[in-house]
Amino acid sequence: MLGNTANGLFWTYRFLERAENMSRLIETGQRIALTRLSSSDEQWLYVMQTSAVSEEYKKQYSIVEKEAAVDWMLRHPENKSSILSSITSARQNAKMVRHALTTDVWEAINGSFLDIQKLLKNKTREGDLPLILRTIKQSAAVVRGATYGTMLRNEEYDFCRLGTFIERADNTARILDVKYYVLLPSAKAVGTSIDNVQWETILRSVSAYGGFRLEYGHEAGPSDIAKFLILDKRMPRSLIYCCDIIKLHLLSLCSAYRNKPPSLLQIIHLQNRFLTHDIDAVFKFGLHDFLQKMISLFGNLSNQIEIDYRFYE
Amino acid sequence: MTMSPAFDEMWADGSTIRRPYQNIKEWLDSEDRPSLKAKRRDANDLFRLTGITFNVYGSSEGEERLIPFDIIPRVITSNEWNKICKGLEQRVKAINAFLYDIYHSQEIVKAGIIPLEMLKNNPAFLFQMIGVNPPGQIYTHISGVDIIRTEENEFYVLEDNIRTPSGVSYMLENRETMLQMFPELFTNNRVQPIQNYPQELLNSLKNTLPETAENKPTVCLLTPGLYNSAYFEHAFLADQMGIELVQGNDLKVVDGFLAMRTTQGHQKVDVLYKRLDDDFLDPLNFNEKSSLGVPGLFDVYRKGRVTIANAPGTGIADDKAIYSFMPEIVQFYSGEFPLLQNVPTWRCAIKHQLQYVLDNINELVIKQVHGSGGYGMLIGPTATKKDISNFKKKLIATPENYIAQPTLSLSTVPIFTNKGFAPRHVDLRPFVQMSPKKINIVPGGLTRVAMSKGSLVVNSSQGGGTKDTWVLEN
Repeated sequence: MLGNTANGLFWTYRFLERAENMSRLIETGQRIALTRLSSSDEQWLYVMQTSAVSEEYKKQYSIVEKEAAVDWMLRHPENKSSILSSITSARQNAKMVRHALTTDVWEAINGSFLDIQKLLKNKTREGDLPLILRTIKQSAAVVRGATYGTMLRNEEYDFCRLGTFIERADNTARILDVKYYVLLPSAKAVGTSIDNVQWETILRSVSAYGGFRLEYGHEAGPSDIAKFLILDKRMPRSLIYCCDIIKLHLLSLCSAYRNKPPSLLQIIHLQNRFLTHDIDAVFKFGLHDFLQKMISLFGNLSNQIEIDYRFYE
Repeated sequence: MTMSPAFDEMWADGSTIRRPYQNIKEWLDSEDRPSLKAKRRDANDLFRLTGITFNVYGSSEGEERLIPFDIIPRVITSNEWNKICKGLEQRVKAINAFLYDIYHSQEIVKAGIIPLEMLKNNPAFLFQMIGVNPPGQIYTHISGVDIIRTEENEFYVLEDNIRTPSGVSYMLENRETMLQMFPELFTNNRVQPIQNYPQELLNSLKNTLPETAENKPTVCLLTPGLYNSAYFEHAFLADQMGIELVQGNDLKVVDGFLAMRTTQGHQKVDVLYKRLDDDFLDPLNFNEKSSLGVPGLFDVYRKGRVTIANAPGTGIADDKAIYSFMPEIVQFYSGEFPLLQNVPTWRCAIKHQLQYVLDNINELVIKQVHGSGGYGMLIGPTATKKDISNFKKKLIATPENYIAQPTLSLSTVPIFTNKGFAPRHVDLRPFVQMSPKKINIVPGGLTRVAMSKGSLVVNSSQGGGTKDTWVLEN
């Protein structure tokens, strides 16, 4: 398998994951705007901070207002992480490695791109937003299903999954870090249940609202949210889960190639050092410092994978 | 000038249906127009979803267009096909022998058939190839020969595409689309299958290995990249053949061999199916500004350590000036009369022929010798006075750059338009695979069709479309 092909697969799935995460954030923002009387357009700034696109937004617009914020995240060409930019990049990468994807996967990605491109051609009216977000979510599900159901479990698959889970781990860590202080144990006084706009945003942005309530109940506090998203192995977007999957696929590559490259050692070290303790230890370390550390380690890991598997010359 | 009406492959003399189209007619009679329109829309959606698009040069980067696809198949009988095949085999063998000859002892020049200047002054003649022995002595691994029909039994070769013949993916996808849209047609007609083309091509390439190849040879397809007009085809073929799709930056000369950069390091490549112009192949041996190629690749080739398909330097054989010599070339190497005729061609480089062309320009098609894709040509009967006078000036200034041919009336086949069925002109590009072991021709080819009324230009770059091409079982 070509290094370049591994590169293309890895980034196809990173961009797909990014598009999906962005749509979830917009959905969260929209839901809160519609259901909270006290909410203001300012909360869109928080939504954009969560996806690390607020700085660029501020360069383009002087004030935060809903319509511009949604447009920025959905389809603005200057926003390299907008849904339209991400899905375009995903499709571009997929086109480059088309021969390494099954027909089902390629058609799912290309079809999603064509649908979404059409829906996002013009500025979105608020009434169309639910349909657009639903289409994006469905597209993501179709691509995931085609991947799961038709790709051989070989190196190609390993690189697809590595792309998905490194992007996802990074995304979860960033979502937590933007408002880490509302999750500190000392913040408990703020509310008595998870009925708190900040917490709800965090949970909804990772599709974990229902799951959290189910597992932890209404009495759970903010530190439980941190525990759920960092250390709960049942939660498919938690850091520990993502890292388990990343390690699984790095191990699979190692056994296929009969070597132990630095990227494998990095993920093992990351897990042993940071994901074997309980949540109190994390708080003791400092939640913000912990998340910053994780984000930087994920970045290093991604770079190391590129080197180990010769993505570039 | 009025042109004689073209031969229609469905209706022949206009009143009785030709036998091979009997079933097609019955099918069309049984379908209603709205449902055919809906099917045509479905077909387009299918092409978009599969990504069968091409990039148009000169339009904004990355813009993708569909080649118009017509749902009415073009039908060829097995007798007609067998005749075409024999002619193709004879012609392609002769072309391969011609290439070997002109890059070695040049017997054809010594025999006084081809003037030395025709080679020497031709940019498609690669001096670097002189004395080089391609593995298996094969130059033309794949040829796409454009054939036109003017009468029931008249077939002519309009052009040989030897350097990088393209379009085979459309042949395959047109069939796939028809199978999905109209399965009943294939139940009711015995159409010869073409689906094994990629597998056959891979076998053919593996039959043409360099001597240094080991047990499990590595074949890969070299593409100039995403923005090339034929990128879809490159990705499609690599996928169907189960080989790697590589770009120049994936390849490197390592320890005197060509190698590709895999996730585990460099791996030797034995056969390179190149879809890149010779000029860009190797900046050390050809165009030094090329960033698409592989430095040193040609040195590896010269040592016989890699097969390149088609061989560098094959472009000389599809040069339009050489084309006019093709009957003599076929005869010289095969010792037989050509089975497939050439279209009569005037070489403007020859003074009295130029005069004829200038005198009769209204009735002729003038083509640039080194052009391709239908660019820079003049169709006398349909050109404006201004076009003609401009073209005359060009002819007088650089006559050696042009050839002229009579405006042959290409046969027509009906297409489905918004206003119903209407005849349109077509040509046919069958694809010929060659290895030292055998010549293989899949039964069919790419039928290109001029979509507008009366037009003779079938090139996709000029708005031409395609059809599924059926060769019936006997």
